[in-house]
Amino acid sequence: MSDYRVHGATGEWEVVIGLEVHAQVTSQSKLFSGAATAFGAEPNSQVSLVDAAMPGMLPVPNRECIRQAVRTGMALNAQINPWSRFDRKNYFYADLPQGYQISQLYFPIVGEGEIDVVLDEKSPETSTKTIGIERIHVEQDAGKLMHDQHPTMSYVDLNRSGVALMEIVSRPDMRSPAEAGAYLTKLRQILRYVGSCDGNMDQGSMRADVNVSVRKPGDEFGTRTETKNVNSVRFVMAVVEAEARRQVDVIEDGGRIVQETRLYDPDRNETRSMRSKEDAHDYRYFPDPDLLPLELDQAFLDECEASLPELPDAKRARYEGALGLSAYNARVLTSDVETARWFERLVTATAANAGKGEAEVAKQASNWLTSELFGALNKLGTDLASSPVTPDNGAELLGLVASGTISGSAAKLVLEKMLASGDRAAAIVEREGLTQTSDTGAIEAAVDAVLAANADKVQQYKDGKEALFGFFVGQTMKAMQGKGNPGLVNEVIKAKLG
Amino acid sequence: MTSLTDLGVAAIRDGVAAGTFTAVEVAEAFNANVAAASALNAFIVTTPELALGAAKATDTRRAKGEALGLMGGVPIGMKDLFATKGVQTTAASHMLEGFVPEYESTVSQKLWDAGAGMLGKLNLDQFAMGSSNETSYFGNVISPWRRGDGGNAALAPGGSSGGSSTAVSARLAPAATGTDTGGSIRQPAAFTGISGIKPTYGRCSRWGIVAFASSLDQAGSMARDVRDCAIMLEAMAGFDPKDATSLDLAVPQWEAGLSGDLTGKKVGVPTEYRMDGMDPDVAASWDQGIAWLRDAGAEIVEISLPHTKYALPAYYIIAPAEASSNLARYDGVRYGLRELPDGAGLQDMYAATRAAGFGAEVKRRIMIGTYVLSAGFYDAYYTQAQKVRTLISRDFAQAFALCDVILAPTAPTAAFGLGEKSDDPLAMYLNDVFAVPASLAGLPAMSVPAGLNREGLPLGLQIIGRPFDEQGVLNAGLAIEQRAGFAARPEKWW
Repeated sequence: MSDYRVHGATGEWEVVIGLEVHAQVTSQSKLFSGAATAFGAEPNSQVSLVDAAMPGMLPVPNRECIRQAVRTGMALNAQINPWSRFDRKNYFYADLPQGYQISQLYFPIVGEGEIDVVLDEKSPETSTKTIGIERIHVEQDAGKLMHDQHPTMSYVDLNRSGVALMEIVSRPDMRSPAEAGAYLTKLRQILRYVGSCDGNMDQGSMRADVNVSVRKPGDEFGTRTETKNVNSVRFVMAVVEAEARRQVDVIEDGGRIVQETRLYDPDRNETRSMRSKEDAHDYRYFPDPDLLPLELDQAFLDECEASLPELPDAKRARYEGALGLSAYNARVLTSDVETARWFERLVTATAANAGKGEAEVAKQASNWLTSELFGALNKLGTDLASSPVTPDNGAELLGLVASGTISGSAAKLVLEKMLASGDRAAAIVEREGLTQTSDTGAIEAAVDAVLAANADKVQQYKDGKEALFGFFVGQTMKAMQGKGNPGLVNEVIKAKLG
Repeated sequence: MTSLTDLGVAAIRDGVAAGTFTAVEVAEAFNANVAAASALNAFIVTTPELALGAAKATDTRRAKGEALGLMGGVPIGMKDLFATKGVQTTAASHMLEGFVPEYESTVSQKLWDAGAGMLGKLNLDQFAMGSSNETSYFGNVISPWRRGDGGNAALAPGGSSGGSSTAVSARLAPAATGTDTGGSIRQPAAFTGISGIKPTYGRCSRWGIVAFASSLDQAGSMARDVRDCAIMLEAMAGFDPKDATSLDLAVPQWEAGLSGDLTGKKVGVPTEYRMDGMDPDVAASWDQGIAWLRDAGAEIVEISLPHTKYALPAYYIIAPAEASSNLARYDGVRYGLRELPDGAGLQDMYAATRAAGFGAEVKRRIMIGTYVLSAGFYDAYYTQAQKVRTLISRDFAQAFALCDVILAPTAPTAAFGLGEKSDDPLAMYLNDVFAVPASLAGLPAMSVPAGLNREGLPLGLQIIGRPFDEQGVLNAGLAIEQRAGFAARPEKWW
């Protein structure tokens, strides 16, 4: 139970949230035509005769889009309906060439499912909440109007017209902005794992309609409003907060919430009425007579099931269990499918280089990735997706450390140079002469120089300030440009300070 | 050379192949007849150069010894509901006046691939909505037939494929394409003394045919005899991956399978089609048809199609419902007519464009369709009509357990005079009463000429078959044709 409450003059209010998420299906071509779907193409360059609704054109379902919707349903533990049907949703708008959207009202392809979200990572056992999924259906996207191209006319870009969307409808199970945010984040994570949607919210590949109502705790559901096309997790949370606040104020001022469609204005952080139920369209849904019911055979369902990747929760459990990673690292590394992929390639290559099992190298690899590489990339203002260092190069570097060829501190230097040049670790070590030395004579000479230059600190150490030991080690390593074998350096210093 | 235009599809194809005459001679003869028949208003656009071009190609192929195709050297008329690349395609509407597609419908492409050439685009009821051709924006087609009473009243050629029926009947084309949603091939064929077949729903691709009612629309062939219909249908049919409702079945060799011998076959005669106050000539023609089929070796069985009386109301809910949605794309935004009054916004543009672009009958059906799909009425109308449709299909399935084909009249009367029913939509809709049940059930059905009524006007008999059994339908049609010896033709007055 969430204890999120909106404080009103008449007491505390609970907020009830449901999300309808529109996720663009990752596919080469549109739901019912062969036209391409790439983002950012020239206006009207990806429009087939079908998408433009020329006379006599007919839709033919794209098997890949159907497959992705089914795989998504399976990943959400949802009921897959082997018989579903397309309906026409009729309305006029200039971005809707057919004059209807092909959707699935009565018989969606996916039925009830669920998502577990963790609300507090510090205590996942007590803060996991299950959010119900009511249904997923597939439908066509509309085109786009452009109002800034001409002083008196609007232009229409049909590139998106007919692109396949999954509408993923949740149950009204969320009770706080944080829950709504966690749900959307988790849903996006799963879609990206499955590969059915790229989750690029800034490109409109994923957007949410946010249904919000308020009630006194324990009361019946209040009247809800629907805020359309919210395109980031942060905005979804902001919409919930702003809309709940607004509704409480309206009710407490003696007003009434009307069921209506609203828009979010991020600049003013408020929602505004778009249209009320009274002037809502009558969409005149009816079965699309151009399409036969969609019937999925067992072989198709089996293939969908078999093609599902390891999903985030399972992967995270495996990282913690079989690979022995910390809970923190396991969470960070599984948060995005690309990060997990990168990590797994790193582990595979590292283990292969060392001739060891993956479980033996995973911890070292995860620590290096989450602290060293992430830190370095962060400093450079970039991320793993655009990292000049590949998993293979990373594995090579880890191998050099593991074999004692370079020291841990030299490894930091090598990584910096790898990031700057894109060169491989071994080549940098070779070129820069960073191979670790175990030559005791050289180490002793370096230690002597450090101790001589820091006579005051040597005295303090001898007087009992033992923490200074690390300082001497650091100074020695620095003087040796990180090449000194750390074990030997420790030994020599300990002996000399005897 | 005029006698060339008396030849049908098979005779032209075989004559060209044998070298009796050239395809160019045939095309020129029909082009001349088309040019001389503007009084019939059968064509919206004529394309003599395309007919000639195809004919030359056929003659060239023949000279090289190449195969000429199922329709090699045969010029045809194309109902102006089929999109033809580079040639205006209007659906007889102002909305699409001047619209020139960049694509060719699957069916027309198949015909060109089979060696046919196009004489022109044939007039029709606007968006195929009508039974008399009076809803065409380009003026109604006039039937070449006249009553034998010496009067010269202009008669309806039937609809919606009225340009097709008139062109074939008046020897402007040996054959023409039609489309049938609720009788639009069969009724005009019956009115003009020609043959026409609507195959099983899904046999011919709908890709590139301007949609009226998607779950009912089906292309078919219209010609002067059964063999010609079979040949042309063979060229038109076939699975099309671009139409999700297309039947993935091989096309049978219907011409080769033709036989008028019905020994061992059972012909069903539906009790419910014999209605009170039935036109006595139509009833007599039906009885004559029964006798002919018995003579051809068939056993006649009485059958029942109990839900027949609900077919017409169900049809006039389902077809307009689909049409109201299918015609939403004609909005003035991308192609076709755009009416943009001064200061108009988007809604104003829609309203002005659709008000100007659609005729009265089209508007009526859009309104009916919009009404029956609207919230609060959907279940009472649309859902109920779909249930009726299921029951009608079941009626036929049960009947076909007892018989192989069904014999019925095609239309309740012979051709009526233009203007006689145009003020009374219901009277007009009743024309489809015998045609609509087979459409709702998606069954193959054809009309063949059976003789003349007492006014000297043609009457048609309808044969309805099992799903996919076009052969059975054609064979029963052939049996009637062989016995009817229908040789009447309209006297040239145009």
